[in-house]
Amino acid sequence: MVDQQNSPVARPGALRRFWDSDMGWSFRHSPVAVISLLVVAILALGAIFAPWIAPYDPFDPASLNLMNGFTPPMQPNAFTGEIFWLGTDDQGRDVFSTILFGLRISLFVGFSAVVLAMVLGITLGLLAGYLGGWVDTIIMRLADVQLTFPAILVAMLIFGIAKGVIPVEYRDQMAIWVLILAIGLSDWVQFARVVRGATLVEKNKEYVAAARLIGRSGPAIMLRHILPNVLSPVLVIATISLALAIIAEATLSFLGIGAPPTQPSLGTLIRIGQGFLFSGEWWILLFPAGTLLALALSVNLLGDWLRDALNPKLR
Amino acid sequence: MTSFVRIRHLSRVFDVSKPWLNRVLERLPKTQLTAVSDVSFEIPERQVYALVGESGSGKSTIGKMLVGLLPPSEGAVEIDGVDLSRESDPGKLSATRDKIQMIFQDPYASLNPRWRVRDIINEPVAAKGGDTRGLAERLLEQVGLSPADAVKYPHEFSGGQRQRICVARALASQPRLIVCDEPTSALDVSVQAQVLNLMSDLQEDLGLTYLFITHDLAVVQHVADRIGVLYLGRLVEEADAEALFDAPRHPYTQMLFDAAPRMDGFGREVTPPKGEIPDPINPPAGCAFHPRCPMAEEWCKRERPDLRKYGSHRVACHFAQA
Repeated sequence: MVDQQNSPVARPGALRRFWDSDMGWSFRHSPVAVISLLVVAILALGAIFAPWIAPYDPFDPASLNLMNGFTPPMQPNAFTGEIFWLGTDDQGRDVFSTILFGLRISLFVGFSAVVLAMVLGITLGLLAGYLGGWVDTIIMRLADVQLTFPAILVAMLIFGIAKGVIPVEYRDQMAIWVLILAIGLSDWVQFARVVRGATLVEKNKEYVAAARLIGRSGPAIMLRHILPNVLSPVLVIATISLALAIIAEATLSFLGIGAPPTQPSLGTLIRIGQGFLFSGEWWILLFPAGTLLALALSVNLLGDWLRDALNPKLR
Repeated sequence: MTSFVRIRHLSRVFDVSKPWLNRVLERLPKTQLTAVSDVSFEIPERQVYALVGESGSGKSTIGKMLVGLLPPSEGAVEIDGVDLSRESDPGKLSATRDKIQMIFQDPYASLNPRWRVRDIINEPVAAKGGDTRGLAERLLEQVGLSPADAVKYPHEFSGGQRQRICVARALASQPRLIVCDEPTSALDVSVQAQVLNLMSDLQEDLGLTYLFITHDLAVVQHVADRIGVLYLGRLVEEADAEALFDAPRHPYTQMLFDAAPRMDGFGREVTPPKGEIPDPINPPAGCAFHPRCPMAEEWCKRERPDLRKYGSHRVACHFAQA
């Protein structure tokens, strides 16, 4: 197994060591992984630096010119003569800029939701695996019950409840956080299952017995001894979950219950765009949809590669 | 000589029943496995006591109860006069626990692969908030490794070197008793001798007391002062090492000796041990060894022999002569 995080500091830089390791070799010899990482990196950089890269601010009503509406890509507008790379939507917003800002929301929600699911899943999985007994039973039965519902349904349920609890005037501000909560809570089960399984293996190893003998407390053993040894499968699931979380967010937004129109994510953009598909303005739908596809696919392929690279049996 | 470790009527029963729901549906009774029953022995300070037996004889269970990883079902472990399962003063208890360390069988599983050797060795002291400056380096030198190894990870070492690291960790908290659970079974023969010599030297230099758990008679002969032979969770024979090797009194001990490979035994006809250790869930009635015993008579099937004292020798056999 290759160890990326915990290698000695006193030796060459972390990047250099990764490049020289088995993982690095596997990465260099997998064109799919290289291209996927490149796509993800470009999209992520575009999202992070959106305010500086985007040629227009799509959310500043003062800068919008309704006359620019429905400009096709790479063609001068009939009235103003302006050229937009990927065209404009009905209100004259530059599609390229909205995609950049939409990516920002999509990636932020996706990442945060996965982090939430990961923290929750790892904590519950460790507790279930290490403590066993009724703690294990309760947590894992809960996980089983949640698995019988599709994740998107669970997310919609949580979203619905949260909407009912939050007062109307805060709804739009809170929408993004509610989205993260909904997707995160619907996705912890996988993490918990994998961590529990790995914990059951690790806790019977003698180094855990040695730590108990020394008088280390349960939480210290779980966090300092077991956790570092169960993280590699978690890394794989986290990557694949990221793709799923981004799609889940897009689905919720597409259904109109996710990101509000004031903070459109890719899913919101697709929902807006599909209204114009049959009237001929295909670019409003196609470009955000293509971006979402490229993002989700690349993250997924990266996850697949990571899973294979970390699985010694497939070498 | 005072006895540092006193084990009195120690028993351990494991519940190996099927899950609750299956038991109710299939109307099964609870099944219990008696891993250790009524074992008593003492280890004087600075002595090496070896527990010998086949796999499944309960020797590791005794070791785990001694260090406190498993609570005994019955009986008591007393170390330096403190009863580990009944002592109510937490300070005294933890002070006593600190005097005990353990070395495990598998040097690959007993070191956390994500930790540096320095952190592994320092942990027993660091956990108590002690001063660990230079500790790992000093101990590494003491067990025959280089102080520069402290920054490495366990996977950079061989099995024998790992076991040395385990020894160093066990020594870190300056224990007085070390329970060694088959410390050399996972090692190559050539490395076994090195690790054993290291452990013997440390025992003499630091005045340690060892409980040595093993199935390897050659190892026992090398290190032990006194030997206890376990069969199916019971002590069947106990004697000083020399006396036991000269004249084993129990037919089971005899069988073990006959089966052990010997350096002078090339071309020797080896008597293979008869049968296998019985199921500990349903142990045989009477003397547990009777199905495999060449001397067994009707009497042995009915009545279990007590562990009787013959001088410094203790034997549980109807035919043992004084």
